Amino acid sequence: MKSAILVFPGINRERDMARALKLVSGQEPAMVWHAETELPAGTDLVVVPGGFSYGDYLRCGAIAARAPVMDAVRAFAARGGLVLGVCNGFQILCESGLLPGVLMRNAGLKFICRDVHIRVERSDTPFTAGYNAGQVIRVPVAHGEGNYEADDETLKRIEGDGRVLYRYCAADGVVDAASNINGAAASIAGLLNEAGNVLGMMPHPENHVETIMGCTDGRGLFAGLVAHLDRAA
Amino acid sequence: MMSNQPKITPELVASHGLKPDEYQRILDLIGREPSFTELGIFSAMWNEHCSYKSSRKHLRGLPTKAPWVIQGPGENAGVIDIGDGQAVVFKMESHNHPSYIEPYQGATTGVGGILRDVFTMGARPIACLNALSFGDPSHPRTRHLVSGVVAGVGGYGNSFGVPTVGGQTRFHTRYDGNILVNAMAVGLAPADKIFYAAASGVDMPIVYLGSKTGRDGIHGATMASAEFDDASEEKRPTVQVGDPFAEKLLLEACLEIMAKGCVIAIQDMGAAGLTCSAVEMGAKGDLGVDLDLDKVPTRETGMSAYEMMLSESQERMLMVLKPEKEAEAEAIFRKWGLDFAVVGHTTPTRRFVVKHGGDVMADLPIKELGDEAPLYDRPFVDGARLPVIHARDVAAPCAPLAALTRLLATPDLCSKRWVWEQYDHVILGNTVQRPGGDAAVVRVEDGPKGLALTVDVTPRYCEADPFEGGKQAVAEAWRNITAVGGRPLAITDNLNFGNPERPEIMGQFVGCLRGISAACTALDFPVVSGNVSLYNETNGRGILPTPSIGGVGVLADFTQSATLAFKVEGEAILLIGDTHGWLGQSVYLRDICGREDGAPPPVDLATEKRNGDVVRGMIHAGTATAVHDLADGGLLVALAEMAIAGKIGATLDAAPDGLVPHAWWFGEDQARYLVTVPQSELLGVLTKLKAVGVPVSQIGVTGGDRLAIAGEGEVAVKDLDAAFERWLPEYMAGGAS
Repeated sequence: MKSAILVFPGINRERDMARALKLVSGQEPAMVWHAETELPAGTDLVVVPGGFSYGDYLRCGAIAARAPVMDAVRAFAARGGLVLGVCNGFQILCESGLLPGVLMRNAGLKFICRDVHIRVERSDTPFTAGYNAGQVIRVPVAHGEGNYEADDETLKRIEGDGRVLYRYCAADGVVDAASNINGAAASIAGLLNEAGNVLGMMPHPENHVETIMGCTDGRGLFAGLVAHLDRAA
Repeated sequence: MMSNQPKITPELVASHGLKPDEYQRILDLIGREPSFTELGIFSAMWNEHCSYKSSRKHLRGLPTKAPWVIQGPGENAGVIDIGDGQAVVFKMESHNHPSYIEPYQGATTGVGGILRDVFTMGARPIACLNALSFGDPSHPRTRHLVSGVVAGVGGYGNSFGVPTVGGQTRFHTRYDGNILVNAMAVGLAPADKIFYAAASGVDMPIVYLGSKTGRDGIHGATMASAEFDDASEEKRPTVQVGDPFAEKLLLEACLEIMAKGCVIAIQDMGAAGLTCSAVEMGAKGDLGVDLDLDKVPTRETGMSAYEMMLSESQERMLMVLKPEKEAEAEAIFRKWGLDFAVVGHTTPTRRFVVKHGGDVMADLPIKELGDEAPLYDRPFVDGARLPVIHARDVAAPCAPLAALTRLLATPDLCSKRWVWEQYDHVILGNTVQRPGGDAAVVRVEDGPKGLALTVDVTPRYCEADPFEGGKQAVAEAWRNITAVGGRPLAITDNLNFGNPERPEIMGQFVGCLRGISAACTALDFPVVSGNVSLYNETNGRGILPTPSIGGVGVLADFTQSATLAFKVEGEAILLIGDTHGWLGQSVYLRDICGREDGAPPPVDLATEKRNGDVVRGMIHAGTATAVHDLADGGLLVALAEMAIAGKIGATLDAAPDGLVPHAWWFGEDQARYLVTVPQSELLGVLTKLKAVGVPVSQIGVTGGDRLAIAGEGEVAVKDLDAAFERWLPEYMAGGAS
């Protein structure tokens, strides 16, 4: 699996992501600077990592979404290439038009860093192939603006298409208000685009891939991507 | 030569925080009246914050050496060797005065400043900790300050991208007018690639890097060297504004040019900004410095030399570069979108010369600016000794389990989850032990080495007996590192006190330092960096003496670290160390009996070392399955924390004969640990500990979902957990205080 991690000024989880990808896929990802206009040849997966691109002083992700490299990413996605955005990466993908909707300030108005449970809604996508449908996994969140919102019609379409891949839930898989840590519409934690090749998610699977992190539930996401790309190859 | 400069009057001198005799010292030193800019420079260099004029004499007595110490106090941060060519760079610093006036920005710039101190030396920051002291929960400003400070600490660290892994949060009425925000940063560097402040070579370019200079923070360090009064709100303009995004860029750019070998010397612009950094680089290198302020990148037009020299705008660095590498360094900074300007050069004159608009605005002897700063041997008196409180003279207001449930929901003992969940503590993927344990544990790169990190002090002990309190702060840091299996290596001290011009405050300072020295010596735990914050007073009322101790230890293999959670049912619970039932200055005595009173528990350093070494050995041997040190709240609170963390209960024996029961359960005798061991190991452990003379007794067995005491009833662990987690979120939501 040849992956490319985008690096914008202010991004800070690029090393975490690189380490997780290397651990699971065995291959070192390429780090791609925001000013680049092309992705490395043969890229299978583009990852937009977490952080505070440009300080998030404007709307989160708004400036990064307009960086030169994003044109290459849009073209890559249009050709069916796999794109994963995590946390600030999710925000950047929404701002760049690759995903619908927007991420607002957490309902509790505070930054939240804690382990949460998310339910895998379906397993027949490249981003969930490493899990079973209905499986509950534990991953950390670390964000101040992860409250996903979209207009009613968009939400209806997203749900109708089955594009919510991950939803905040209780440890037993029940989706309720108490486990919806940031107030996201329909408890959406991870969302797929219409074509099925771009995923944005707020939780950090890359921070739960080794025993020392207290949990390895995040590995499945990367293992699923590797398996999917191996099959495609 | 200079026009439109204010006339130097006694009032102007006084408003710069300089006493008449200090001003006379300036006149004697330079042989003429200083210019306005020069007066500003002296005020910046000679205030308490920068010159340590009241504390220097006593700081010299601290033990600072050990074979593993690479750099002790005096640089941007301390450096210790952890083997394999790796060094840990760390320091703690206060940002107290600004945080009271403007909590969010005060806290952010506190974190930003300490991170800069660490990466200035070539280290990539890998963890942050903090110690926060707030006023009484019922004080009208407390909620606002907690909210702002916590958001600020998180706001900076989260964006910069370093995990905040541990700390302390306390409440006490003596911090009503002066909160404490102490931030610690820990970084990792190659042991042979540490960067220092001393310039070398004549005619070397001095380069300004980072953000532009604005009018923020002018006289910040001078403010931090004065007491507060009712007009302190008006000092808001002296508080700087933090920009973690700029700092993240500065970090990456600095580490990149360091790796490329461009840097001769580097100094961050912290307190007193350009003045302090330029003077330090020159003075440490035995060189002069010429600065041309026309070259300094500014955020606004029309800034005077005085303003530029005293600005405390954040996220700025000064470097001496290798001339042949200038273009390469500039390209790297431009790539990161940062300002890069050659603003001066080194000279052989040992003069500090500042030019602006073609005029010489300052021309001062550089070494004397630092070395000749006033040094005070301030008078001090020891406070009255408080009597030892005997447990038999204290009536128990309620049964132990009822007292426990109440204690877990008090401001000082309750869970601080509300605080640390606002800090990203998992970024970088190396956090082995998250906040809430005895010490945080972070993996070093890909392991197997780990670091154990903690911040400790018990201010009420320091107030009651500065010497014992100083000892206890160090001993507790050492104990917390030990309790996770770490080998304690060194500390950074952040000494927060009131007005040193009052002999009783100076007495607290001197007493605490003596205690710190004694403990550091006995535990082989030297001080490698630190910071002094005095004048934490409002209208003549000082804070509790608060020497925060940041401790760093190393684990050869992080997988061998112990946690405090009970692991399985049916294990023996052992109490290691002697229990006499010391109630004086205990949280129980204060919060349950309503008496903040008595002498604090004495600390026997030889016993500390002996008991701790044995516990660490048990962790490494794999016989200890859970370990917790005993501190605030004593035995029963520690047991409850272990049960809550492990979601497993315990059945406990009654208090032993001869001890007053509530003193057994809640006394705060030192040098004690709780350890669980499997039944199969029990006999072996008991025999071994008795053989080496370490007091040990089995006090119960893990199991069930309740904490039960023979003859005292029981309480469900989930009820204890609810009590533990309840107070802070309720309080912050506007409820109970």
